[in-house]
Amino acid sequence: MTPVTSTERERVRTDLVRARSARSAREGLIKGILVLAALLSIATTTAIVFTLLQQTLSFFGTVSPWDYFTGTKWTPLLAGDQQSFGVLPLLWGTFYLTGIGLLVAIPCGLLAAIYLSEFAKPRVRKAVKPILELLAGMPTIIFGYFALTFVTPTILRGLFGIPVNQFNGLSAGLVLGILVIPTIASVSEDAMRSVPSSLREGAYGLGAGRLQVALRVVFPAALSGIVAALILGASRAVGETVIILIAGGQEPSMTLNPTQSFQSMASFIAATARGDIPQNTLKYETIFVVGFTLFCVTLLLNGISAKVVGRFRQVYE
Amino acid sequence: MTGAQIAANALEGIRHGERKRLAAQLFNGFMYGAIGLAFLALVALIGQTAVKGLPGLSLQFFTNFPSRINPSTSGAQSAIVGTVYLTLLTAVFVIPVGIATALYLEEYADKTRWWNRLIEVNIQNLAAVPSVVYGILGLAFIVRGPLGIGPVLLAGGLTLGLLVLPVVIIVARESIRAVPPSIRDGALALGATKWQTVSRQVLPSARAGIVTGVILSLSRAIGETAPLLVIGAASSPRFNPSGLNDAFTALPIQIFTWTQDPNPQFVDQAATASIVLLLILLGMNGIAIVLRNRYEQRW
Repeated sequence: MTPVTSTERERVRTDLVRARSARSAREGLIKGILVLAALLSIATTTAIVFTLLQQTLSFFGTVSPWDYFTGTKWTPLLAGDQQSFGVLPLLWGTFYLTGIGLLVAIPCGLLAAIYLSEFAKPRVRKAVKPILELLAGMPTIIFGYFALTFVTPTILRGLFGIPVNQFNGLSAGLVLGILVIPTIASVSEDAMRSVPSSLREGAYGLGAGRLQVALRVVFPAALSGIVAALILGASRAVGETVIILIAGGQEPSMTLNPTQSFQSMASFIAATARGDIPQNTLKYETIFVVGFTLFCVTLLLNGISAKVVGRFRQVYE
Repeated sequence: MTGAQIAANALEGIRHGERKRLAAQLFNGFMYGAIGLAFLALVALIGQTAVKGLPGLSLQFFTNFPSRINPSTSGAQSAIVGTVYLTLLTAVFVIPVGIATALYLEEYADKTRWWNRLIEVNIQNLAAVPSVVYGILGLAFIVRGPLGIGPVLLAGGLTLGLLVLPVVIIVARESIRAVPPSIRDGALALGATKWQTVSRQVLPSARAGIVTGVILSLSRAIGETAPLLVIGAASSPRFNPSGLNDAFTALPIQIFTWTQDPNPQFVDQAATASIVLLLILLGMNGIAIVLRNRYEQRW
């Protein structure tokens, strides 16, 4: 072995240093690219808030916020004296139809969740879960078609003999409920399954029956997750567009009569905003105001759901 | 205790037990009823679509363009082609960006920093924004405004991409998190750099979950109607998009257009198009299952 001269050693060392710095430069570059991708999601939110806010402010330059939030007539597309910008009918339509949907979805979803989590044999569970997933993955446009061509004429008019309009809130609300069942069922089932079995075994040991264990032990223990599931379901129904657009009609109304036609915030936006809508008009701005209102409502619902989970969550070992 | 008392107690006990059993049975009935109702709804939904749509399902439905006058020569070629293009575009956009974001958050980000937590919370919130709001964003930001490219295929793909991006990120993060730390430690101990560890060990180990998640998110994008309506997808075009800057439509839009038609034969075509849409979704889910089974890793 020939001895390594000091110049050689020097050269090897500088090579190493160079390689290392090239490597760390590349590592830095890659990290930079990843950060950039992550920042895109922040940019998306900023863009959403910015566009909504900008047009909303411009809208409130013409229409007073008081008229908007307290007005009971929503006729932005009419002219002159007929034109009115009260958002309450849209809010009412949104929450009323969501309410009808939840009336169906909460009992159905929760019962299904209790069954799947506490009663079903693994084999049955394996068979039922895909059905719920299939229902969850179905495009909402097909639900809309179903509401219009089956629920309204065959179920409501035919089977129950309810004299509903062709476009009515009842049909849209019921189908909205069907849409939300899988969300409520699977999220609350997850919550119930994460309740440790020691709780169940303790209750059985004290002589409780299966039903008691399910309703008095597991259900309360999973309550935070269940409430979150319900809010998530509600938020999904609030943001749903095409079912109401197709089956619920396009007339905003503030009635309790579900056989009438309704319009929700989301369905107004989809009915009004089309590629050819003229820019810089009050009509154009209404899309953004209503969009902003919808955005805030869903944000609020999600905030509440996150709070509920955070505050009432039981942490088990 | 007299014999009569014992007998009374026993009777009471039996009654109590009976009541309990009755309640249990009643509750069982409710539970089966709930599952049954959901099942029935699904059967009715698919049944109605099949009954109305299957008669119209022919080769011609795939090769003809939508007609506004004559249902018998009408088809959905432009919508089917549009949906396929949109899916590909969305995938091209969402796969690199989604995976990169997930990698950053799971492998690089220091979670004690407020900005990283902000990114996380922000993604959770974005996932819950109604799809119609993404439509507004697409209309104001991509179709008009800063990008201003008009209601073209690229605008549709980008809008749908933004819509499903949070879902892709969330699913990809879960798969990356499921890779055990020992894999990373091993690679690092052998002298691999951070990126070498991530790109050659972590990412390949997580790919089953990521691929499945991406496909499922894409199938969500395919079914979306509202954002495409808002950005101004064409209704019943008699041409396929020939490039990124061409007008387009998609199956959900075509279904919507047909449900609005006064002619019931066109409304039936909505069902036929729904069947095609469902078949595409079924195919994608099938692919997802196959890929998951092939690449799944158990630790």
